[in-house]
Amino acid sequence: MSTAFLGLPHAPRGVGHLRGDESFPDAARKALRDGQLRANLGHATATIRAKRAAVVGEVPDWEQLRQAGKAIKTATMARLDEHLQELERQVTARGGTVHWARDANEANAIVTRLVQATGADEVVKVKSMATQEIGLNEALEAAGITPHETDLAELIVQLGHDSPSHILVPAIHKNRAEIREIFLREMPSVDPGLTDDPRQLAMAARAHLRERFLRARVAISGANFAVAETGTLAVVESEGNGRMCLTLPQTLITVMGIEKLVPTWRDLEVFLQLLPRSSTGERMNPYTSLWTGVTPGDGPQEFHLVLLDNGRTAVLADEFGRAALHCIRCSACLNVCPVYERAGGHAYGSVYPGPIGAVLSPQLTGISNGEVENSSLPFASSLCGACFEACPVAIDIPSMLVHLRAEHVEAQQRANAEALAFRGLAKAMSNPRLWHLTQKAATLGRFLARGKPTLPAALPPPASKWTRSRDLPTPPKETFTQAWLREHGR
Amino acid sequence: MRVALFATCLVDTMVPQVARATATLLERLGHEVVVPPGQACCGQMHVNTGYRREAVPIVANHVRAFAGAEAIVAPSGSCVASIHHQQADVLRRAGEHAMAAEAAALAERTYELSQFLVDVLGVTDVGAYYPHRVTYHPTCHSLRMLHVGDRPLRLLREVRGLELVELPAADQCCGFGGTFAVKNADTSTAMLADKMTNVLSTHAEVCTAGDASCLMHIGGGLSRLRSGTRTVHLAEILAATEEVAV
Repeated sequence: MSTAFLGLPHAPRGVGHLRGDESFPDAARKALRDGQLRANLGHATATIRAKRAAVVGEVPDWEQLRQAGKAIKTATMARLDEHLQELERQVTARGGTVHWARDANEANAIVTRLVQATGADEVVKVKSMATQEIGLNEALEAAGITPHETDLAELIVQLGHDSPSHILVPAIHKNRAEIREIFLREMPSVDPGLTDDPRQLAMAARAHLRERFLRARVAISGANFAVAETGTLAVVESEGNGRMCLTLPQTLITVMGIEKLVPTWRDLEVFLQLLPRSSTGERMNPYTSLWTGVTPGDGPQEFHLVLLDNGRTAVLADEFGRAALHCIRCSACLNVCPVYERAGGHAYGSVYPGPIGAVLSPQLTGISNGEVENSSLPFASSLCGACFEACPVAIDIPSMLVHLRAEHVEAQQRANAEALAFRGLAKAMSNPRLWHLTQKAATLGRFLARGKPTLPAALPPPASKWTRSRDLPTPPKETFTQAWLREHGR
Repeated sequence: MRVALFATCLVDTMVPQVARATATLLERLGHEVVVPPGQACCGQMHVNTGYRREAVPIVANHVRAFAGAEAIVAPSGSCVASIHHQQADVLRRAGEHAMAAEAAALAERTYELSQFLVDVLGVTDVGAYYPHRVTYHPTCHSLRMLHVGDRPLRLLREVRGLELVELPAADQCCGFGGTFAVKNADTSTAMLADKMTNVLSTHAEVCTAGDASCLMHIGGGLSRLRSGTRTVHLAEILAATEEVAV
């Protein structure tokens, strides 16, 4: 793989949440047995799909907006180093401190040190994919610091000792009844008469969180965008919990992947139109918080920005894979993906599930160096193309999946049975005489059918993987081209 | 017009009647059909499974086999999409720039059946007769890579005797996806189950599509269920007349 050749570091092992502990097919098989999960997911994704389709459909220049988003991201990535340095200059000039973290370990160490310096033993957190990616909560807990997730869905996941299964809706796999049980079990001062009425559940979470907002001295956030020209950070959210975290505590620490910046405010305009319609299916999200450095007497008086690489530079180095960094984490691709809808987010083993996860996670971790878990991810797609169609920045995920499949195959040290079969077939398919012989051999399979229109269901592997649930037609006596040649001659 | 028929490896080997129907239909419409004998496969299965390098000679063979053809037609959206979107790229990455240019030029003259009929020949009524209740599944690559749109439906609506019923959640993938159906057999089967539920809800006798591969998947499931609903390729329906039934 070209990234390995260049020697750029991937996300390290043993920290964070970018790898599962089993391959996608194995994890998916278990998830598929969970009828409740499939019902929850089917219902939720269908609802978001319909909402998104409606609000995207009403924008006459949606396709142009998409192309503008793609163009801005492509241009930004081409000069990412310069833009990052500009961002650092601007944040510093406005009273913030910028930290550079090569990987998850460095980022966790920086944040832990910063929290410890304030003397706080707890922090409130704004929903953030970057901090989930690096396993920041675990690192803080190990240092005796309690992180409180304040986004409702993240809170449900945290209280349930669970992991997120969706980028936007981390608790999409849970229904109201399950959430009620978690609250009753885990919230210290909850009303024991709590029902599964959404309003009641929200009010319980609100009371639980309000206490923590008012008490917290340190907040940790991610960022949806950073504007390099002014050093401004942006968080886009729905519940107002983010606004609380970003304004009330004395110290604010933001962990942001290096790919999230845009050069100018004009660029931000495009993404603030694309993101809410693609993610929550809203014309505009309820809360957009923007802050620039430190303002004396107003909001956090100490601001730290941690810029996270964790494999991103390695992704940037791959000409055919780098567009995965254009992702604005809207999760439209998850909601339209037939594989995600059936298998659920946990099957991907990473905080980035679904189609974007299948191209991003293996690139961040690398798939060539004995990475067995994530190497199955690029194959977790039927290449139906629904993700590409829905992506607000037009990331060609199907082509990238195909590219990563080839990277995986080409990184194999020894040829397995599949590789030998594909090589043999390639020889046959590139030589008409050999191909006709191969076809003749295939038509002999009809004798297994003993005159029936389909082959027997009990075939040896790998055919059994098909015939366990699907019949195979009995091959014909003669192929079309053979018959045609017989009738028409050369 | 002299039309070169690309049968595709799957149709040629497993469901030759689909290629036969395509030839019959084109001849009935007054065109000369030739079947270049050197043809084998477009290379899609190799490319999509990660065997990009191994696909190079397969693509080269395809380009050789169809060199000089005026118009090429295949009864498969997926294979035509691969010819349009993958072949030149595969050759370019292998450093075969001259042949990549040839492949790109060939792709310009290669058509999926419904696109060829509607866009090139300008017909929607092909004189077919098919007295059955039919539902149409728009296959993913026809829909999202080739953008065939409603062309197959326009052709089906003109078929005499045919009762067309709308398939619910038609744009959802059937779960085939080439080697996906084997590598991720459980997820694939879960997708197929939902597709079959939708097909059966239409009470159609026949589920049709423009791709034999997806139909083999849906048909394989329907046959396993002993559902009584069959899969028939669009070409076979369009080739059927009152004189020659399918």
